[in-house]
Amino acid sequence: MSSKRTDILQAATVAEQSDDPLLVHGGLSFHDITDLVSYHTEKKTPVAWLGAFALANIGLLTLVACIAYLFWNGVGVWGLNNPVGWGYAIVNFVFWVGIGHAGTLISAILFLFRQKWRTGINRSAEAMTIFAVICALVFPGIHVGRVWAAYWMLPIPNQMQMWPQFKSPLLWDVFAVSVYFTVSLVFWYIGLIPDLASLRDRAKTSLRQKVLGFFSMGWTGANRHWRHYEKAYLLLAALATPLVLSVHSVVSFDFAVSVVPGWHTTIFPPYFVAGAIFSGFAMVVTLLVIARRIYGIEDIITVDHLEKMNMIILLTGTMVGFAYITEFFIAWYSGVQYEQYAFKNRAFGPYAWAYWTMMSCNLIFPQFFWVKKLRRSVPFMFVMSIFVNIGMWFERFVITVTSLHRDYLPSSWDYYTPTMIDVLTLIGSFGLFFTLFLLFLRFLPMVAMAEVKGVMPEADPHFYGHGDGQAHAHPPTLSPTVD
Amino acid sequence: MPQIFPKKANLLPVLSLIGAGAGGVFAIFFVWYYFSPEYTDVGYMPEQPVPYSHALHVGQVGIDCQYCHSNVESSAHANIPPTQTCMNCHSQIKTDSPKLLPVRESWATDLPVEWINVHMLPDYVHFSHQVHVKNGVGCETCHGRIDQMEVVRQVEPLSMGWCLECHRQPELYLRPNDQVTTMGFVQPADFVERNAQRIIDEQILPPTNCSACHY
Repeated sequence: MSSKRTDILQAATVAEQSDDPLLVHGGLSFHDITDLVSYHTEKKTPVAWLGAFALANIGLLTLVACIAYLFWNGVGVWGLNNPVGWGYAIVNFVFWVGIGHAGTLISAILFLFRQKWRTGINRSAEAMTIFAVICALVFPGIHVGRVWAAYWMLPIPNQMQMWPQFKSPLLWDVFAVSVYFTVSLVFWYIGLIPDLASLRDRAKTSLRQKVLGFFSMGWTGANRHWRHYEKAYLLLAALATPLVLSVHSVVSFDFAVSVVPGWHTTIFPPYFVAGAIFSGFAMVVTLLVIARRIYGIEDIITVDHLEKMNMIILLTGTMVGFAYITEFFIAWYSGVQYEQYAFKNRAFGPYAWAYWTMMSCNLIFPQFFWVKKLRRSVPFMFVMSIFVNIGMWFERFVITVTSLHRDYLPSSWDYYTPTMIDVLTLIGSFGLFFTLFLLFLRFLPMVAMAEVKGVMPEADPHFYGHGDGQAHAHPPTLSPTVD
Repeated sequence: MPQIFPKKANLLPVLSLIGAGAGGVFAIFFVWYYFSPEYTDVGYMPEQPVPYSHALHVGQVGIDCQYCHSNVESSAHANIPPTQTCMNCHSQIKTDSPKLLPVRESWATDLPVEWINVHMLPDYVHFSHQVHVKNGVGCETCHGRIDQMEVVRQVEPLSMGWCLECHRQPELYLRPNDQVTTMGFVQPADFVERNAQRIIDEQILPPTNCSACHY
């Protein structure tokens, strides 16, 4: 045992000297990682978790109550009216879908780009994606207040002989988001199978063994299983990659295809995608900064991981800010007075407070991440990630509301104010999100154990043979996970 | 390590896949059929305050629909006849029939008989009898063989899809205007061609856009 430990430490030293830094700190062995992650699903439910869960449940109940009140009374309970017919429901929908983009980016695109650091965070980021998309899907279902007509969104044969409007981006949206949800869920589940099997093998009770045995689908860790698993994972990553770009492009069409000033711009799809990744990573940082501390997995989700995410936040935040400024340039350059007015009104009109909240949170604040010290400071990045979440919510608010409240017809200009129900529904959606996320933290391995082990130097087949870490300097090219 | 599940558990994935597929198809069929007025509304036959028989009055006596429902040609609604219309005859015939007691009461008190509406459309649909009757849609086409009904019941679903079937192909359903109230009308052999010609001549263009009925 002790010689093995020395081996590992020696390898760690070698690896630190090479240009590939160690992803897992603290000299953890494979077994330590399994123990560290599995323990949290096996221990007695902590009181703090119950407290947090109760709090999240209050939020969830608030959401349910608000929705029930909405169904009973109709959309009049919201602040909607002419000319602002799209309010919080759409803002919240776009906000949550956007958040849902980080998970698939981490799990699919970073996988294809061989970014090994993704392994520490991909499980919880994917979980976050799925839960965020669930929160998002609530809003199209309720936003007309007539839940009994919700099936009209889907092309189902019905007594009205009525079909959805295939020319409408709102329908494309239904397909884009539901495909995204399905693929994300399957991807997440496939990734969970080896870890569920680990939990099954550690299970103490027969019931736990049966449940985990059912969901791990008879996984034994055989070579053939791994071959199939990695092929499936690669294929799903390839399938999910275009979705990361397409889903928010389609969401942006909801706005861009219309002829409302401030919406009708071709920059929307790339700008929405950048914003989605921006907000998604911010949410991952918010959640993981807390989770890694509470669950003591700081050696697996290290400051290096967080720093890389902050770099992505800096990059995408700047891209989004660039898009904001480009919109102004194009408005001026177009020579269209409505377009020009829409943007002047955004920055200096009655909603200027929302616009400048968005500008500072999304463009100005992330620039602090140029400083390495701030980029690696956990408290600083936590505060910053909250700012980004706020800023991105306000971005959707600014786009939706400022364009609608003053369009072509000055006689119908008005000021939109949300009602209490609007606000409580938004808060309630966070209750739904945290309820699901807390359940995930309690019952599933929050780190992809098998994948983390795969990027450790010990995973190299020649590691123990030579013990000099030589093979590690030439990482395997076939698969970035387990070889 | 011993196996947790017996070997036959391998069937489970296959079965659940088949089950999910069949379940999906069943769910769509279930909504398509059981949520439709064809299932929920057809056959609705409420008991009326007066046991009035269309089979007797229309089928045997041969009273025309428009004798009682006199406004169909000029109004959106096919009016329920007032008590006075009943009393045109029943002040002379069957004046002491116990079945007609509510009618005589209504006649005496000037309060209408509270007939129960059989054919109900949602409030967000605007249907006009006038335009249909004037363009050759027979009473029978929507209401069925009233002349054979002791108690009136709904025979057609009155669903939007059902409306659209005729609005999309009116030549299959129209009849000459003088046959609109005829019960048991038999179309001539070449009625489709005749109707097609009539549709061109009279510019009968049943709309299929949303705001035709929902406004």
